[in-house]
Order: sequence, then structure tokens, then C-alpha cells
Amino acid sequence: MNESPNNLQAASPECNNLVLQVENLHTYFYTTEGIVKAVNGASFSVKKGQVLGMVGESGCGKSVIAQSILRIVPPAGKIVSGQILYSSSKLNQSNTPGNPVDLLQLDSRGKEMRKIRGSEISMVFQEPMTSLDPVYTIGEQLLEAITLHQEPNPQKARVLGIDVLRRVGIPHPERSIDMYPHQMSGGMRQRAMIAIAISCHPNLLIADEPTTALDVTTEAQILDLMRKLQEELGTAILFITHNLGVVAEMCQDVAVMYLGKVVEYADVDSLFFEPKHPYTRALLNSIPQYGKQRKQRLQPIRGSVPDPYHNLKGCPFWPRCEQFIPEVCDVIEPANRVISSTHEVRCHLY
Amino acid sequence: MLSFLIRRFLYAIVTIFLISVIGFTIIEISPGSYLEVKIMQLEQQGTTTNEEIIESIKRRYGLDKPAHERYFIWASGFIRGDFGESFEYNQPVSELIWDRLGFTVVLSTAALLLTWLIAIPIGIYSATHQYSLGDNFATLIGLSGVSIPNFSLALVLMVLMARGFGQEVGGLYSSQYIDAPMSWDKLLDLAKHLWIPLFVIAFGGLAGLMRMMRGNLLDVLNMQYIQAARARGLPEEKVILKHGVRNAIQPLVMLLGMSLPNIISGATVVSIVLNLPTVGPLYFHSLLTRDMYLSVTFLVFLAIMLVIGNLLADLMLAWIDPRIRLD
Amino acid sequence: MSLKNAVEPGGAATPSVVLGQTKEMSEKTEVGRLSLGQLMFRRFLRNRMAVMSSVVLICMYLMAIFADFLAPYEYNHRSEFDILKAPQTPYFIDEFGKFSLRPFVYATTPVLDTNTFRYIHKEDTSQKYYIKLFVHGYPYKLLGFIPTDIHLFGVDEPAKLFIFGTDSNGRDLYSRILAGSRISMTMGLVGVFITIIMGASLGTVSGYYGGIVDTLMQRGIELLMSFPTVPLWAALAAIFPQDWSPVQRYFAISLILSLVGWTGLARQVRAKVLSYREMDFASSAKAIGATDSRIIFYHMLPNAFSHIIIVATLSIPGMILTETSLSFLGLGILPPATSWGALLRDAQDVSVLLNSTWLLIPTIFVIIAVLAFNFVGDGLRDAADPFAI
Repeated sequence: MNESPNNLQAASPECNNLVLQVENLHTYFYTTEGIVKAVNGASFSVKKGQVLGMVGESGCGKSVIAQSILRIVPPAGKIVSGQILYSSSKLNQSNTPGNPVDLLQLDSRGKEMRKIRGSEISMVFQEPMTSLDPVYTIGEQLLEAITLHQEPNPQKARVLGIDVLRRVGIPHPERSIDMYPHQMSGGMRQRAMIAIAISCHPNLLIADEPTTALDVTTEAQILDLMRKLQEELGTAILFITHNLGVVAEMCQDVAVMYLGKVVEYADVDSLFFEPKHPYTRALLNSIPQYGKQRKQRLQPIRGSVPDPYHNLKGCPFWPRCEQFIPEVCDVIEPANRVISSTHEVRCHLY
Repeated sequence: MLSFLIRRFLYAIVTIFLISVIGFTIIEISPGSYLEVKIMQLEQQGTTTNEEIIESIKRRYGLDKPAHERYFIWASGFIRGDFGESFEYNQPVSELIWDRLGFTVVLSTAALLLTWLIAIPIGIYSATHQYSLGDNFATLIGLSGVSIPNFSLALVLMVLMARGFGQEVGGLYSSQYIDAPMSWDKLLDLAKHLWIPLFVIAFGGLAGLMRMMRGNLLDVLNMQYIQAARARGLPEEKVILKHGVRNAIQPLVMLLGMSLPNIISGATVVSIVLNLPTVGPLYFHSLLTRDMYLSVTFLVFLAIMLVIGNLLADLMLAWIDPRIRLD
Repeated sequence: MSLKNAVEPGGAATPSVVLGQTKEMSEKTEVGRLSLGQLMFRRFLRNRMAVMSSVVLICMYLMAIFADFLAPYEYNHRSEFDILKAPQTPYFIDEFGKFSLRPFVYATTPVLDTNTFRYIHKEDTSQKYYIKLFVHGYPYKLLGFIPTDIHLFGVDEPAKLFIFGTDSNGRDLYSRILAGSRISMTMGLVGVFITIIMGASLGTVSGYYGGIVDTLMQRGIELLMSFPTVPLWAALAAIFPQDWSPVQRYFAISLILSLVGWTGLARQVRAKVLSYREMDFASSAKAIGATDSRIIFYHMLPNAFSHIIIVATLSIPGMILTETSLSFLGLGILPPATSWGALLRDAQDVSVLLNSTWLLIPTIFVIIAVLAFNFVGDGLRDAADPFAI
């Protein structure tokens, strides 16, 4: 079932190792201005209980991947092709636990997909203020998830809810559960969001830039919380961010994205110490570092993100690549090269 | 919430006061004193005027006193419920008003409810079925509502009803029911007469409300919390109705107050055309005879109705928006 | 109610979350090549309804300018022989079945029907009166200064050609509609001009200086909005002395009409100015030492300009409807001048209307004008949106 070389241990999800495997996903947006290929052949996988970081600039398609996994892509978008294999431990309909199901085959609004959403795969969004409905208490929104997937009895669900809130470190959960989002601080709101996301013990948590909208101190607290929860619950996390520092802190594996493709996929140490792809290298170089660059200019990446309506031939990065090879990089799409058992890259240099 | 309500209430009182000042200014600056108008009315009635009557009028309306005292007489009359005499109808104005005021309120409220009942579901449908046939049709209806002058719509409908169905139009009841005791037939006759004004008044407001509901819902559906609700596994209908509509309606409730002027003024124009027993025709008539004293009294009355309506709308808003309720 | 299509892929709506950036990026490349105005114009042209409506509006204004030329009869010319004549369609086939390429009409004589006490106009089929083009008619001044008496079409006396019928005074409705268009179509423009000046200046001052000035203005606007609309304007119109000349009345009513849109525009401008005030380009201008007025007129207003135009255009329909309503009630344009609203006044009596429904035809013109302005305004708004700050 897998021919993709992006499958790390040359093993299929049936081997109980991966919780999610995305194969050659294409999600396009059809607008009056043209077609935007937001996700243009992305492949990666998430191991059970591990944290995969997904980095890239704004507009590279990270959020769209998250939406595609959960099948909540906005109406102008369409998942055109690919596979999203999910290894469910709870779905007991026609699949025995351990048998992966292709999420793209399910009806996006059908009962099965909805069962997965929120209880097996859940999501934490970027802006805590706008991710919570301002006219309902956080308790009401939390209980939506709990009563839907776990415990239909409202009183018992409430008990569970208070418990989850306590777990994420919200003080006085019995009172906080009846608060409205605008009555809480940003950090508290994000904790509440995390609470909702983990309330049903998901196998996979997708965190879409969860700390980008928070100040640094709060960010540190939230990251701590997530790490703690991940260890306690054994949830796999797909951590989407553009902050390489957070990646270094939180993740075991990293996927680097550019213009809808995964250009490098490695374990975190290999990525930081032996980056292969020119884009990864440029990214790491552009981070200002203490002590290293006195009186030196920052090195931004040459050029800018190209027009998304204009589809480039060959490698998407070639106009900005320092090591661009004419006649090769702008003509042929680089295939996935396996460098080691934990490191893959899409580049003609290898 | 209490402080919010108190503030709004005081605010309403101040507004009413200022409205009365503006109204009084209009009376004062209109050419031709109302003394002349009153005398003219009396003479039309056939009563000869003499010094005594003129003096009593002067005293009644404080015409020999300075402006601010005149204002005081007029305004306090308002509070007391004394709006002067209408010589034309040979009745105190207060009697004229009270009869019709109730009906004005009922008509306006019914039209408002009707507008909302129709516009909201259509707006929701339009937003969730963007660019579909139904959506375009709804937009068309909305546009017609805005561009057709309400009185001509009333006229057209009247002609249609009279020609097509041979029905008597205008007024509240057909001639055979006017003095008859209340009965089911009479009620049915009332409905047959009332549906045209209700429809015409509501039609004008439909467009704005539908458009707004559609626009608001579309905006709300783009918000992150809608995606978050979906990500929790909620069925689509629930996402849209529970989270989407609930948030989209809020600005509409705020604007509920703003649609009241249109409803009241629409009711005024339509009732003039259809000769309904509301404040409208009375107001209009007093305008034609340039009896500004009376007209402005009516105008201020209508404005006060508006302020009260706004206050009620604010109350409703406070009730459904937790952000206001809990501050 | 099926919510089936809500999340179905394939719709044309753009998700703001993802595409917000990408759309701007594509436009950035265009900006470099074309000016803002040109971009807006291109966008506007893509909107078919807006373009069609603009054409319609231009036609209507041409109609108003050349009203005399297009009208066969003077709009105030009464004729007791032609009371309440129904609209005439020219004939192509005569009573013998002979086809004639040129359309013609018959002369008529009024006969009083003693049952209904209405006039019936009997046709005299003995003589055909062909419709001629470019005939001599009543004298007028083309474009206001060229004396002439040529009209587009007409028939020889004693036959008459009333395309839209006549009113209860025997006046040609078609000619009256043309004459009325002059007032109905232009009053909105005058009103909107006043609205722009008043609304923009007051809104800017209020937004820019803030504080007490702002609060006072806002309270004032809210106060004004507490009055029900038509009754307020009716009262104001009733204040006008009866003996004002039509010109004075015209401008006075325009003033009232401007009240229609002024408050809305002032609020919008104020909101825009408030947001601009906080923006960097305002602070940097101040830092260089620009005076307040320079900042307002040179920086803020041009940015708000497109917005002002759009709001103004969208308030014209309201003004046209208001003028129509006021004149209909007898508080607006008074005879001898006429507007579409005043024409509808003749249609007020339902018993007359029942048998002469053509008296409602001016409504159609009102509706078309209002719709056209609405579409154009919407088109302008859609064209300007992507760049509006």
C-alpha cells in the first residue's frame, strides 16, 4: 500500500509505528483569479507518540495540510488527489484496530469522519481569541466535544470537563468552566483550546501555530504544558510553526515545507546540524544568533515567495536557490532522495 | 448589565428631551404663527372669532410669553397628556392620538416581526447556498424591496386586488363590516385589508435585513471558531445554526433599532395611502394645513416611539450578548 | 432547509484564512504596472450588471437633457379633448387589413359615457395620420440655448400620439415623464454633492480631532437618526413658505435630501479617519511637521476618496425615493414643475387609477433609476474593495 519513499522505516502503518501517513497530497483552491496549488504533492508521516514539526514560511501550505487531514478545507478548496492514511485505535466499524483507513475516502461530513474529528484527531488553532465562540462559555464548547465523543450525560460530562481543565493548568476549573472567552487571558484561552483538543484522548493532535499569537512567557508555559501532556497521554503531535526555535525544543522529527511540498524530512538533530536542502540551510542561516554575527548583516533568503497563481516547473525553490543548477532544477522536479533512515530530501544536489 | 441599562435609560431620557427641543424649534421657525392657523381653523369651523377667544388661545399656548416659557408649556403639556385642541376635529388632540397610537404600534410591531421572520431564514439560506438559484432569487427580491417606492407598491396591490378580486380596499374594513359587531367574518375581512399594508411595510425592510444576514453569516462562517467547531466533530447543521447564526444575528439585533425608523415611516406613508387609522394620516393632514404645532407634536410622538423601540432593542442585545451582560 | 452545500468544495468563495496572503501577492505584481484608478476601472468593467446599469443611467440623463427634443407635446399643455386617454399603440394594419410599413394613428373624439361618466375616445378611421420623424412642434431651446422647434417624432393635427396615455387634464404622460426626469434625476446629484461636502468635512473633523468635538457630533447624528425618516423630511418640507419659487424649492428639497445620506457618510468617514489616524503614514507625516490640515487633505482624504464616492453613490437611490415620496405626498415639487413623484400624485385616487392604470408608469422609471444606481454603487464598491485600507 505504500510505494512512497517517504515512509521511514520502509514499513507500513500496519506495523503499529505510524499514526498518520500522508502520501502525495494535492489540495488546490479554485478562485476567480486562478488555481492556487496550496498543497502540491506533500508526503510525510507522523510516528505514534512522537512530535513532528512542520516548518515553512507563511503561505507554504502548512495550515491547508492540517485542514486536509481533518477534512475541513474551506469551500473554495478541493483535495484533488493523494492519500491520508490514518491508523485508528478506536474505530471499530469495519476496521480492526491497527488497520489504517484512508481519510480521503470518507465522506467529509459523514459520521465516520466526524467521529474521528475531535476524538481521534483533534486540532489546536493559532488564535485563541477567534478560535473560541465568544457567545458560549468555554465549558459549553468543551462539553460539545465531550458529550459528542465520550460521555453523553451532561452532568458526568461536566465532571470530565472540569478534570480536563485542571489538567491543562487552568486555575479554579469549577468556576472557569462557566467563563466566557473574553473573560480570560490569552494564555488561559489557549489552555482551554488545548483542553478541548485533548479532552477525548486523541491519537493525533494537530497544533497549528499554537503559540504564535502569544507572548514569549506564555508561549514557554504552553509549550511546557504540551510537552507534559504529550508524555502523559502518549499523543502524537503534528506541530506546525514557522519558529525554528520551538521546533528544536519540542520536536523529534521535522518536515520542512516550501510552496506546498515537503522539501526535507529529518529527525531534529540531523536537520539542525546537517541540513541538506538549500532552503533549510538558508532558513537556518537567516536566524540571528547570539555572539556569532557581530557586525554582520542578517542573511535573508534571496528573492521572495513567488506568485501562487503561477506554477513553476521543476523544483519550486529554484529562483531563490544559491546552488541552482540551470537546465536541471528549473526543468525536472526533484524526486525524494533518502539520505539515511531518518533523513530525506528533495533536491537535485543529492 | 445593570449599569449598561441605567446608562441607556438615562440616555433615552436625554434624547427625548433634545428631540422635544428640536421639535419646538421647528415649530418656532415655521412661517406663519400658529395663532393664525388656529384662527383659520376656527373660522373654517364656522365659529366666529372674537377678542375673548383669541386671548384664550394666546394664554393657552403662551403666545404672549417668551420662547422658553412657551416651550415649557408645550413640553409639560406633553407629559400631562395635553396636546392642545384640534379645532378642526373639535376634539382634544390627546383623544385623537391615543386611539390611533395603539394601532400604529401594533402595525409597526407586526411588520417588524414579519420582516424578521421572513428575512432571517432566507438570509441563512442565501449564505449557505451562495450563488445558487435560490440565493440569486432572494437577492432579486431584496433589490426590489429597496427600489420600489412603498406607496406605489401599495397602489399597485390595491389596483390588483380591486380589479382581480373585486375587493374593496383601503381602510380597515369593508363597508358592510364597519359598524358591525366583531365576528369571525369581520376578523377575516380585517386580515384581508391588513395584509397589504403589512406586506408593503415589511417588503421595504426585507432587503436590508436579508443582505445583512447573508453578509454577516458569510463573515462569521469565515471565522476560526467555526472551523474549530467542525474540528470537534460537530455535524454541519449544528455548526452553522448553533455557532454561525447565533453570532451573525448579534449585529442584526443592534441594528434592530436602526430599522425602526424605516418601519415607522413606512407605516406612515402606507397608512396615508390606504387611509388606515394610524397616526400617519392625521400627521399628514396637519402638515397639509400647515398646522405645525400639531404636526410637530405627532412628529415628536413618533420620535419617542423610536427611542423606546431602540431602548427595547438595547435590552434585547444586552440579554443575548454575554460580553455586555456580564460587565 | 438543507445545508448540503455549505462545505461542498467547488464554490467560488475565497477562504480568507489561507488566501488572504496569496491574493495580495498576485495583485502586487499588477500594482506595479497600473495605477490605482486604472485597476479599479478594470475591475468595474468586469461586473456586467454595473456596466449595464451605467449605460442605463447615461441614457436616462441623456433623456433628461434632450427631453424637449424627445417629447412631442409640451408637458403642461392641457387638452380637454384627450382626458385620460389610454396609451396608444400605432397601427400597422388598417381596418381593411392592408399592411402599411409606416405606423399610423387615427384621430379621436371624446364621447361621454353616461353610465360611468368617463370619456371614451372614439377613433375616426377615415383618415390615417402617419407618424413622422423630425417634425415641427412646440418651440424650445435645445441644450438651453439653441432655439429650435424640431422634435423626434409626432403626428399631424388633429390626431395625437400619446405613447403612455394622458392624465386627467389631458396632458401627455410621456412628455411629462421626460420633463419630470430632469428634476428627479438631478435632485439626487445636487443632494449628494451637498452630502459629500457636509458629511466628509464633518466626519473628518470629528474623527481627526476626537474628544469633545467627536462626542458632540456623534450624539448629534444619533439624535438626528432618532427621528423617523419620512415624517421628519415631510415636516421640514412643510416649513417651506408656499410662495417660494420652484428654483428655491428645488434647492431647499435638495438640502433635505442631503440629510438622507449625510449622517451615514459622516459616520463612515469618521471611522476611516479614526483608523488612518493610528496608521504609520499619519504619524510620520506629523513627525515631519505637517500641519493638521495638510495631513487631512493631502493624506487622509485621498485614501478615503473612493470610499466617499461609493457611499455617496449608494445614497442616491434613497434620495430619489425620498423626493418621489415627498412629491407624491404633495410636500415636494409643486406644480407647475413636475417630477416623477409629482406625476404619481395624480395616481393617488384609487377609483381613477382602477380605470387608468397607465398613470403608474412613472413608477417604472423610478425603479429603473434606483436599481441602476444601486448596481453601479455595488460595482464601485466591489471594484475598490481589495485595496481599500
